[in-house]
Order: sequence, then structure tokens, then C-alpha cells
Amino acid sequence: MSSIDLIINGQQITVPEGSTILEATEMLGISIPTLCHHPSLSGVGSCRLCVVEAETRGRKKITPACMEKAKPGMVVETETAEVVEHRKTILELLLANHPQDCLTCGSNGDCRLQDYSWQYNVKSPGFTGDRHDYKIEDDNPFIIRDMNKCILCGRCVRMCSEVQGNSTLDFAHRGFDTKVSTAFDLPLSASECVFCGNCVAVCPVGALQEKKLRRTARTWEVEKVKTICPYCGTGCGIELNVKDNKIVGVTSDDGEVNGQSLCVKGRFGYGFIHHPDRLKNPLIRKNGHLVEASWQEAVELIAEKLDDIRNNHGSDSLAVLSSARCTNEENYLLQKFTRAVLGTNNIDHCARL
Amino acid sequence: MAVVDPRETQLASIAQYHLGIKPGTDSVLLNALANVIITEELWNKDFVNARTEGFEDLRHWVKDYTPEYAEQITGIPSDTIYQVAREYALAENASILYTMGLTQHLSGTQNVYAVANLAMLCGHVGKENSGVNPLRGQNNVQGSCDMGALPNVVTGYQKVTSKDVRNRFATAWNIKSLSDQFGLTVGEMMDAAQKGTLKGMYIMGENPILSDADAGHAKAALENLDFLVVQDIFLTETAQLADVVLPAASFAEKEGTFTNTERRVQKIRQAITPIGNAKADWEIICLLANAMGYEMHYDSPAAIMDEIAALTPSYGGISHKRLEIRGLQWPCPSPDHPGTLVLHTEKFARGKGQFHRAEYIAPSEQPDKDYPLVLNTGRRLYHYHTGTMTMRTGALEKHYSNEHLEVNPIDADKYGLEDGSVVKVISRRGEIQLKAQVSSVTPPGVVFTSFHFPSAPVNKLTSPKRDAISGIPELKRCAVRVEKSH
Ligand code: SF4
Ligand code: SF4
Ligand code: SF4
Ligand code: FES
Repeated sequence: MSSIDLIINGQQITVPEGSTILEATEMLGISIPTLCHHPSLSGVGSCRLCVVEAETRGRKKITPACMEKAKPGMVVETETAEVVEHRKTILELLLANHPQDCLTCGSNGDCRLQDYSWQYNVKSPGFTGDRHDYKIEDDNPFIIRDMNKCILCGRCVRMCSEVQGNSTLDFAHRGFDTKVSTAFDLPLSASECVFCGNCVAVCPVGALQEKKLRRTARTWEVEKVKTICPYCGTGCGIELNVKDNKIVGVTSDDGEVNGQSLCVKGRFGYGFIHHPDRLKNPLIRKNGHLVEASWQEAVELIAEKLDDIRNNHGSDSLAVLSSARCTNEENYLLQKFTRAVLGTNNIDHCARL
Repeated sequence: MAVVDPRETQLASIAQYHLGIKPGTDSVLLNALANVIITEELWNKDFVNARTEGFEDLRHWVKDYTPEYAEQITGIPSDTIYQVAREYALAENASILYTMGLTQHLSGTQNVYAVANLAMLCGHVGKENSGVNPLRGQNNVQGSCDMGALPNVVTGYQKVTSKDVRNRFATAWNIKSLSDQFGLTVGEMMDAAQKGTLKGMYIMGENPILSDADAGHAKAALENLDFLVVQDIFLTETAQLADVVLPAASFAEKEGTFTNTERRVQKIRQAITPIGNAKADWEIICLLANAMGYEMHYDSPAAIMDEIAALTPSYGGISHKRLEIRGLQWPCPSPDHPGTLVLHTEKFARGKGQFHRAEYIAPSEQPDKDYPLVLNTGRRLYHYHTGTMTMRTGALEKHYSNEHLEVNPIDADKYGLEDGSVVKVISRRGEIQLKAQVSSVTPPGVVFTSFHFPSAPVNKLTSPKRDAISGIPELKRCAVRVEKSH
């Protein structure tokens, strides 16, 4: 593949042919504001927030960096006065029809509209006009949809059709009435939606939010711990959102096998961790009932009983079931325990079932 | 994309071909595909000559599996079989993905052989975006097999019958010797417990009462033990039978690794301290080993992984330190090895790929006068396994709170059922009760439900007959009748 030399903000850079200006700036560590662009989704160039000034062979133009391909000898400026003016206008237009209730919004602190308004010092809307008054949809246990906050970037639409393959969402109506909607504008719960929440993961504002997470913690209160989903064998990367030693939600970022995608179990199936039914102490059967006991008592009893059975009936009268849900290290140790301590190969797990 | 499923699932509805197969007849379909590919000379001659053996045999015995014969047995139109065979054979790369729908049958092993035959025949193995991939239902099935939680092998599939293997492990573990006898499989354990030859069991994180075929049998077997220990995060149906129950930490409360379905070993990280007095499973095992007089001490799961790496060639280069940066796909024999994306690129584990005979074995129960329907079982998107976790999330079980029996409108008419009727599903082994859902997703003659819900323990009905080679029970299919209950 041939490469292309260009100049961005006075810096020389070489990129592979076919790269966009945005990709080139990323290589230089220059950040450009984007709303509709997402690296795993097709480009649409609809929000125009990423505009830059690009000059090729003496011809200057203002053009979206996420769509415009880098060309040999191109000279790009990413923050000229004209570019900044453009971006401000776009932000003002978006804010003019956006409920400015950041104080109570669950996405406060994790919202691109907020970030860019701050960055470009766009305070109050320079335009006033009609505002939407859509009903907030929260009749399902997973996702809240507030279309009043939607900036029509279309990321959710593309995520649902291009990555999830579900095509639940699409643009409906025209002009001011344009809206992201399901078929017949039904709530998600009555649509074909499978509640993967992948649309939520890519929404740059608070129009789509994880219902529980965003009501339990402010975005800046959580620590995110990268780990692996405990459900199926796909092994998706997840981020556990932790607040006060509690898992308050799951988000997705850059899983090695899944990118930002998860399924409903991985994203919304974490509630079992803190369920009141969790076992908190060892239990020993006494007079037919399981009663709480100390670790020492439980471990000593098990050691004694297993020892007895082994001595009286032989090692092969004992058997162990390991778990496809435990870690490799634990499976290893349990088979070691079975073979080295109990002295039998009677170990299996329920994988075949 | 071609989807083989008795039901018209969501995936089937977006596929180019939906092969609505009669449950349990998979090997007939697969052999018929091979038949077309050989008859029409579409097979990959270079690959077959260089990399495989047994082709002449295969050519001979698949002769009988004509698409026309397959149509009679599988219910799939022969035209579709011809088309799918051609497209598969001529594709630049093609993969076959399968799960329990293929293995939980009497002919499960034959089905898997037939898949391998097909892939080798067309040379769709050992290159990117191709191959045969059994998708794993549980997060670490691959890992627990790799780690030797199996009756016949220790880590990395090293056989316990090999003297050399036993000696190496005995030295590393500081014991005199390892048993050279194959142990019992889970099904055999249940039989032995029932008979009384097995006296004590230790179960970590499994709920065999719900997941085992013929669940009534599993319960009776476990009740017959002298001593049962269950280590889990919830008081599962199995734990309720135990003499001692130990509280384990969940995945969010410990460090360690999981190996996904593509053999990718990935790091899990502790996010919170264990709930109550729960402990990580590895810590519990150490406590117990020490209490039984065997010294077992590790600072952390990372140290356990180092021991695994030292004893297991395919995990030789894997360490928590490396996994901190990114996952590694085994085989990864040394610390500077990048891991292996594609298996079998040069040769198969045994050298040449062997075409195996994969003849059709008919399912054990054909529908008859008393049990006229076929029960097919499976999973639901919103739930997982026996529901221990997904019924307690505060979200999933709210959204999908009741299990139902999918019945085709034709059968619904026949048996006088409506959407929402409460029905009894009766097999030769037991009966359960649940609501009917009339839906054309499931074809006539077949009813479907999942095994997630303790309130509808479908494995009370399923057949405990096992595949003679793998020991896997025929969970996917049995004969039932359906009655409206009043
Ligand atoms: S949750 Fe998933 S299926 Fe539902 S609309 Fe969003 S992306 Fe589509
Ligand atoms: S809901 Fe979010 S992702 Fe979807 S179009 Fe609106 S702002 Fe964009
Ligand atoms: S998020 Fe869903 S697909 Fe991914 S590992 Fe978890 S259960 Fe599997
Ligand atoms: S980010 Fe480039 S046009 Fe929206």
C-alpha cells in the first residue's frame, strides 16, 4: 500500500493511502471533536463538528475530517478561527433544542455535548425556537430513552444495524420532526430489540442510558475495572463500574474479542453479584438443617469426612465436579487436589451438559 | 450463511438458507453435503492428498447418503442440500460453528466427525476465517478442559495413562504417584452414587440437579451419598442437598484467567472484596488441602498460573504479567511466543487429518402413539444455564420472567391448546407444567423449551441415554405428549 505525506498544524506526517484526515490527526495526537463518527461504524459525515481547513494545490476548503481522505501535499489546520466559528454554530444549534438539565442528567460528566460546549465556551443557545417534548421511555428494566436529548448523530442506528444486525432503530420523519425510532414508534420493549445495549454504549450524549447504572452513581464516582464477562464462552471484555465496593453497572470499551459490543447478559446481568441470596458463611447440616458455621469448623469437618471415606472405602469412592465457571487456576487446583490429595482421577465438570 | 436448526430462530430468519432439520438427524445432512461435494468433484484435491487420510473410505461410505435420501430423513429439501454443498465447497473460506445441538445426541460423536470430514474435504481448515469451531456455552468450559478437570487427562490433555506424564506431575506435586486408572465421567459418577459405590462428592460451582439429563436420577444419586460438599455462590438446588456448603466469591471478587472458545486466555480482575465471609475458590481449595495434610500455598492466582505453565506445554509461555497487556491464544509454548491464532496450519495434532466414519444413529425415542411429539431443548438469550445467576439480576428475570413451551399452531389445534394455556409435558421419565406459547418458530411435531427455569425443570423429561463414545446424554431430543391441565 502506498503512503501519503501531508502537513497538519505545521507537522509533517505520513499515512497509509485511504486514511481520513481524522485518522491522520489521531496519529499525531491532535484531537478533533466528533459526534457522528465512530471507528467501528460506517462514516456518514452528518454532524459536521469535525470540520477542519484543508488546502490542496492552493484550494482551501472547510471539510469534515472524518470523511475527507488525506491527499498528497495537503495542508490541514484544525483550529482556525473559521473552523472554531463553524463548530460553535453547530453546538449552539444543538443546544437550542436540547433540554439543558445537566444537573440531573445521568450522563453528566460523560457527555460529548457537554465536553465540547465547555471546550468552545458555548454557553446558552444563540437561537431559540420550538423544542421537542417526547415522552421518556423507561418501561423496560435495561435502557432509558429520552429522545429530547437526542442529537441525531445516528450512531445508535448504525450500531444496531451494522454491528448487532438487528435494525431495530432508524430515522423517522423529516426536518424538525426527525427522530430515531423503532418500527411504528413502539417502545423498545414491544420491538425486536434484544437489549444488547450496544446503542447505549455509543450514544455520545444522555439520550440513551443504562437505567440502573445512571441512577446509582454519578459518572465520576465510579472506578472501572476491566475484566471478562462471566456468562458465555465468547469471552467479551467488560468494565465493572465500582462505587463504594459495589458493582453498580457494566460498560464496554475495547474488549479484545468484542470491541464495544456485548449481549444483554454481559451488560445487564450483573445484579446477581450483590443479590441478598448470596452465601455469606459456610453452612453445615445439623439435625437435617443447614446452619451457619465458621470456616474452621467447616473445613475441619470436610477434611475429616473425606479422610474417613478414603481410608474406609478407597480413593475411588470419592469424586469431584469442577466448574466451567471458575477460573483456570481454580480448575487446575481442584484437579490437583483430586489427584494429589484424594488420590483419584474421578474429576469431571458439566461441560458436556 | 446457512443455519441448521429445527426452529426458525432470529439467526435463521436473517440467513440465506434455513435448514429446518428434524431433531437428531444432523449426521445425515452432513454426510449428504459430503456426498454432493464428492459426486460433483468439488472437493479440495490438493488439501485432501497432502493433509488427510481415509478419503477412499469416505468416498465409499457416503455414497448412500444421497440428498434425496437425506430429504426423507431430515426433512430438508434436496435442492437446498445441493446448493449449500456447492456454496460451502466453493467458498474461499468458510467456517462451521456448532454447539450442543450437534453433540447432545446419541450420534453426537458421529455428528462432530461428519463436521470435521466436511471441513477437511474442502480444505476449510488451518487458515484464517475458516475451520470448525464448537462454541462454548459457559465462559470457561475451554479452560476447565485445558486444566485437566477431566477423568482421563491432566493439564493440556496429557493422558493419565502415560507413565512419563504421571511421573512428571508426581515430582512437581511432591507425591509418590498418580492413579493410572481413568476416572468416572459426571454421568458415571451419578450412576456410581446411585449404586452406592461412590460415597462422597465435592462439587465446585455446578448445579447437576438441574443441568443433568434425567434430573430426578441425579437428585436421587446425590441423596444416596454419605457425604456431599458444595461450594457455590448461591444455595443452588444441588447445594440444598449438601452436608457442608462453602460460600465462594464471584468472578468480580477475585483474580484469575478464563479461556474463551477461541483458546484465548484472558485476565479477570478483582473489582470488589468478597461478599460476607465468602472466599475465592482457589483459597478454599488450599485451605482444604492443608487441612488434609497436603501443603498447598500460593500468594496469588498468578503463582498458580506459573505452576500451570511449567507443567503444560501449550500454556508454557502464559503468565499473568503478559496477560495484563493482552490475551494470548494457546498453544503458547514459551514466554516470547505470540500465541497461535489459527490451528492446524501445517499439520493436525496427529499428523494427517483422518476422515472418520460418521454413520447415522437414529435417536432413541421415535414419536409414537403415546408420546407423539419431539421435545427439543435449548437456551434463551436472556438467561444462562440453570438460572442461578440470571434469575437474580434484578433485570433479566424481570424482562423474561416465565418460561413457556413453544408449540406450532398446527399442533396447538390438534391438542386444543391456546396461547397461554397451562400444559403438562409428559415423557417416559416425568412431567412438568408450564404455559404454552403458540408460535410458528417451532415446526409441527416439535415442541421447544429451555432448561433455565427451576420452575420448569425440563431435564426431568429428557433422555439419559448417552453417546457411546463421548458419554454426552441425548438432551436435545426426546418423545413427549402434551396435555392441557385444568
Ligand atoms: S439495545 Fe441492541 S437491539 Fe436494542 S436498539 Fe439498541 S442496539 Fe438495537
Ligand atoms: S440516541 Fe444517541 S446515538 Fe442515537 S442518534 Fe440520538 S444522540 Fe445519536
Ligand atoms: S457479553 Fe454476552 S456474548 Fe459476550 S461473553 Fe458475555 S454472555 Fe457471551
Ligand atoms: S464526526 Fe465528522 S461529521 Fe460528525
